[in-house]
Amino acid sequence: MGKSDTIKENRGNETSIRRQPSVAVQLKRKLLNRTSLNGTVAILGFFVLWHLLVVMQAPFMKHIPTPVTVSKTFFILVQKKLFWVSLWFSTKRVFYGFVAAQVLGIPLGLAMGWSRKFKDLTFPVFEVLRPIPPLAWVPVSILYWPTNELSIAFITFIGAFFTIVLNVLRGVASIDKELYRSALSLGAKPQHIFWKIILPSSIPSIATGMMVGIGITWNVVIAAEMIAGDKGIGRLTWEGYLAGDTPTIIVGMITIGFAGWISSAAVKIISDKMMPWRRLF
Amino acid sequence: MTNTEKKGCIEAVNLCKLFPQAGRKPLEVLKDCSLTVEPGKLNVLIGTSGCGKSTLANILAGYDCPSSGEIMMDGKPLNGPGSDRLMVFQETALWPWMTVMENVIFGPTVRGEMSKKEAREEATRILELVGLQDFRDKYPAQLSGGMQRRAELARALINNPKVMIMDEPFRGLDDLTRELMQEYYLKIFEESHCTTLFITTELEEAIFLADRILIMTFLPGQIKKVIDVDLPRPRDYRVLTSKRYLEIKGETLECLLEEGRKCFGDECNIANSMVDEFRRQANDVCDR
Repeated sequence: MGKSDTIKENRGNETSIRRQPSVAVQLKRKLLNRTSLNGTVAILGFFVLWHLLVVMQAPFMKHIPTPVTVSKTFFILVQKKLFWVSLWFSTKRVFYGFVAAQVLGIPLGLAMGWSRKFKDLTFPVFEVLRPIPPLAWVPVSILYWPTNELSIAFITFIGAFFTIVLNVLRGVASIDKELYRSALSLGAKPQHIFWKIILPSSIPSIATGMMVGIGITWNVVIAAEMIAGDKGIGRLTWEGYLAGDTPTIIVGMITIGFAGWISSAAVKIISDKMMPWRRLF
Repeated sequence: MTNTEKKGCIEAVNLCKLFPQAGRKPLEVLKDCSLTVEPGKLNVLIGTSGCGKSTLANILAGYDCPSSGEIMMDGKPLNGPGSDRLMVFQETALWPWMTVMENVIFGPTVRGEMSKKEAREEATRILELVGLQDFRDKYPAQLSGGMQRRAELARALINNPKVMIMDEPFRGLDDLTRELMQEYYLKIFEESHCTTLFITTELEEAIFLADRILIMTFLPGQIKKVIDVDLPRPRDYRVLTSKRYLEIKGETLECLLEEGRKCFGDECNIANSMVDEFRRQANDVCDR
């Protein structure tokens, strides 16, 4: 029949469109597209503008070194062990705090979304603790945790924890009723509902929570290091300030920026991996 | 799939459903609504939009409770949803994180009726029936609207339900896809003769598919009239030009328009002239 022919034709088209290109082609497409070219131009433009403003002695730019001075300092710093040790320590603190926040926060959020009673019991405490800024936890954290590393990792944990819990909770609450109903009517028991419906449907919210969370942990770790740390990029930046060494401060700031950016990209890759059904086209 | 023991006769007696409204008296969506979904037949429920068809469907499927009244299936009272009465929804309710295959085998595997392997074999057979054998490893978002509906049909069919409740399953599809879906669906029904309650607002769809048409009144909802569609099976599109088809269409339309007038007000001359037009068409075919 004519109608079934049309369907077959469609099939042919759809399968041919979704053939995977080779890795080299994929990489080339990723690096050499309009968005990344524009991005490069923007970053270069930013440095040029900065340089011009300093050279022309624009107001408020008196104490700012030029990008050239900063890059000189940068090249000296990267040859020192201190720089890499600092970066390693900050990354480690971010990583531990972030991972702990996910490991504890995701199950807690799921449990709160799953059981009304559990939510009623825990949410009030959660809502009182949530507005306390991570840095307000510094004194008690130093007193409580045996080592400096633990107390800083704890503070980064606090930074990401509340965000992830809230996101997961909202994700579970916003699950489509019909997706839930159809599972019920097909005879799914509570454990199937949880593992096959609730958990996967909350993955997009988990991913959002992770994206926001990783940004917060970098914010928090730097501040915590300035107050309480030894080592770390935050400490390096702070010591630059104490020594009146402006180029080091700016190198520290830019390093934090790039480290945060790379972390976000890594989280993006992980969250895309968690949602194979979202990257189809 | 043909199973002579399988019955699935749903009888609903005097169903009432009230929806509370803030500051006003509750909205009476169903009032003394009684109907029988006859076993082995394609029962089509038709009514103007907003007349309570979906409410009725949700109650029969067990997702919602009636304010009063009784529902029996094969003589036993019903409570709650179950895999013996499966519902296909207006909007697609496939789980986006599962492939078509995973969606289809969900029912039999969670109930522990089939091993994964058996379920996969059965699913392959059913996906072939709905023409999706090449798409079993795709995610729902990779399918077109019509394919999603067929996948959903497959997900229901694999459970071999006693009753299928289909709530406007082809709504929102373009005309051509809709016609294709109707043909596919008829083929499946004529093979399985699974008791079905099919809900629609489309008159042509109703007559083309149905063994019985149940016409619903506009609020409060009741069954106004039951029309037996005695068009021969298997059917195809030639049926749409037969004399009997037009007669049934005229009869159904007249009944529906009476209800339509209630929600539009009495002055509905266009509607009246449409009924006349259909009668004339029917007579023309008669004369030929």
